[in-house]
Amino acid sequence: MIWDWAFAFEILPVLARAAIVSIEATLIGFALAASLGLVLAVVRIAVPWTGWTISVLVELIRSTPLLIQIFFLYFVFPKFGVVLDAFTAGVLAIGIHYAAYCSEVYRAGFDNIHRGQWEASIALNLSSWTTFRDIIIPQAIPPIVPALGNYLVALFKETPLLSAIAVLELMQTAKIIGSETFRYTEPTTLVGLFFLAMSLVSAALIRSLERLLNRRTMR
Amino acid sequence: MTEQPMVRFDNVSKRYGALTVLDGLNLEIAHGEKVSIIGPSGSGKTTVLRMLMTLETINDGVIWVEGQPLTHMERNGKLVPADLAHIRKIRAKIGMVFQSFNLFPHMTAMQNCIEAPITVLGMKRADAEARAADLLDMVGLSEKKDHYPSQLSGGQQQRVAIARACAMRPKIMLFDEVTSALDPELVGEVLEVIRKLGREHDLTMLMVTHQMGFAKEFSDRVCFFHAGKICEQGPPNELFGAPKNERTRQFLHAVLEAG
Amino acid sequence: MGIRTLVTLLVVALGVIAVLATQEAYSLFMPGLLQGAVLTVEIAVLGSLLAIVMGVLAALARMYGPAPLRWLATVYVEIFRGTSALVQLFWLFFVLPQFGVTLNAFLVAVLALGLNVGAYGSEVVRGAIQSVARGQWEASTALNMSRPQMLRRIILPQAFVAMIPPWGNLLIELLKSTALVSLITLSDLAFKAQQMNQNTFKTIPIFTLVLLMYLAMSLVLTIGMRLLERRASLGLARGRAA
Ligand SMILES: Nc1ncnc2c1ncn2[C@@H]1O[C@H](COP(=O)(O)OP(=O)(O)O)[C@@H](O)[C@H]1O
Ligand SMILES: [Mg+2]
Repeated sequence: MIWDWAFAFEILPVLARAAIVSIEATLIGFALAASLGLVLAVVRIAVPWTGWTISVLVELIRSTPLLIQIFFLYFVFPKFGVVLDAFTAGVLAIGIHYAAYCSEVYRAGFDNIHRGQWEASIALNLSSWTTFRDIIIPQAIPPIVPALGNYLVALFKETPLLSAIAVLELMQTAKIIGSETFRYTEPTTLVGLFFLAMSLVSAALIRSLERLLNRRTMR
Repeated sequence: MTEQPMVRFDNVSKRYGALTVLDGLNLEIAHGEKVSIIGPSGSGKTTVLRMLMTLETINDGVIWVEGQPLTHMERNGKLVPADLAHIRKIRAKIGMVFQSFNLFPHMTAMQNCIEAPITVLGMKRADAEARAADLLDMVGLSEKKDHYPSQLSGGQQQRVAIARACAMRPKIMLFDEVTSALDPELVGEVLEVIRKLGREHDLTMLMVTHQMGFAKEFSDRVCFFHAGKICEQGPPNELFGAPKNERTRQFLHAVLEAG
Repeated sequence: MGIRTLVTLLVVALGVIAVLATQEAYSLFMPGLLQGAVLTVEIAVLGSLLAIVMGVLAALARMYGPAPLRWLATVYVEIFRGTSALVQLFWLFFVLPQFGVTLNAFLVAVLALGLNVGAYGSEVVRGAIQSVARGQWEASTALNMSRPQMLRRIILPQAFVAMIPPWGNLLIELLKSTALVSLITLSDLAFKAQQMNQNTFKTIPIFTLVLLMYLAMSLVLTIGMRLLERRASLGLARGRAA
């Protein structure tokens, strides 16, 4: 028999627990990516001479595979006496990888703010920090929320890479079930369906978010 | 046999959702006739041309070209909506020049003029080039034939667009405000080409224009559109000289006022 | 980043690799890693070709195909975009044989990566086609061209220019995703790295070399796409400055 429903239901609770690990990794990884990305983008504006260094750094991170970066962090930290568990090392790598992408999104958001906004703030004698916090960020962030949302979904779909360092997320759990029972069909397909469902739902959410934002800016 | 009109709109309506843009339009255009369409913005002038070019579908009525239905075809003695093959057969008689030129930006003036003759009419390259060279000469752009659209002024681009449309040897040419996107000093050269086309080629022409002087001097008949209907039509000296309809008078007054 | 900077970066990356290759601590790993890199390039090239073909076909099918084809293409795109690349790789490798189709790992790698990126690519192709001005369609209609003639001669050549940068990004993603094939037993660069790391624990030299190699490959791809973009836009923008 190609598909065994009883077996599929039997492994569902195990996979559900693993899904929670995947989602945790996603949320922590993205929180890291979003905040580190923002820091990179802001530093770039605040301290102009860092621009080139940050560009090269971002290019380096984006040009090399996430899987290698995960391995690197996981195996390299112990060399310096810092032992990270697989989950921490993996999420850190994912967060840093996506921070590089997010920083470019923020940058585009800041670039879209009209120069007049900065000039008006200077004319009002606002400090640069106040300008940033009260004038620039509130205008720059809403339009880029959908782009950030897309990276959140992309990041989520890369969490199976954590299975390479044996984090017990969805893919790793499915693999273990497969190797113990010699049935790969149900666990792998269920994992695929889970990702598909989450992706379709998030795509719909992002679309309605986009509509909402469009309507707001149209006014 | 009495000669068929070149074009006949038979009770044609066009709606966008709840908005009726054209309401039961009836219009006949004779072989070789030059007809200008004037009227306020939004009155449906462009829509008339676009329906005839089959860029828009129609909701009611039938459009005929030389006695054959364009929007429909006969099947078992009844008119049914035309399929693409039928539309393409009849549409071959019609050419159009657009307000925004719509030249192909990745092709030179010459390539713009030979593309459709080769791909659609199946002409040999050499023949298509000879025809295109004649037409580019007619519009006064022989020496610009290897230029890309981005290297030409608006007036030159529009003249290439006219040559390109002529290269398909249409019997009917449609012009939709072809000088509206041009700087004022470039309008004359395009109008001159249209005059020449009218003199030298056996063409039926239907043009939407805001150039009242040109409409008066060039056309055999002027139609004034208002709110999706022909409000008044007639020979140019009558319509411009002694408009019967109050709306026409108001419109002409406003246009002349604006200069 | 400008093309000059990218070339500089590439030269630096290759230079560092060359210098490290002369160091005793590093030279040990070079032959094995290079072997892996060859497999990585093979999979990336074949995967890219498949991705481009699938991207164009799926986009055209979704936009202009008859209903069943449109439906099929939509399902393809949604499934391959909606699930994770690694899940697809595992599914083709472990599950497909249960349905009686056993492909070797290399073929699975090319298929999974090509189909995955092709699904994203179809959106790029679709967007680029839709970005061509409506007037271009209308002018082609007025010249009585058929749908295929319009697409081939007028629309796609213009859409092509708009497609190059996003395709460049997608192919970089594909190149990076080739590292995943190490998880289905293929001895690509990532596999060699991990294998050597387990055997020698010389983590820093090995991963430094590997990261530099991936960087160099990515840069070659990025620079190539930039040059292609420059050439392609030449036809469209000729004399725009004049
Ligand atoms: N694609 C469309 N969808 C909805 N309304 C349209 C569309 N095209 C034209 N219209 C409407 O149809 C009316 C007539 O348009 P048009 O023929 O372009 O007028 P004109 O050329 O006389 O200025 C206008 O009110 C316009 O807003
Ligand atoms: Mg109009």
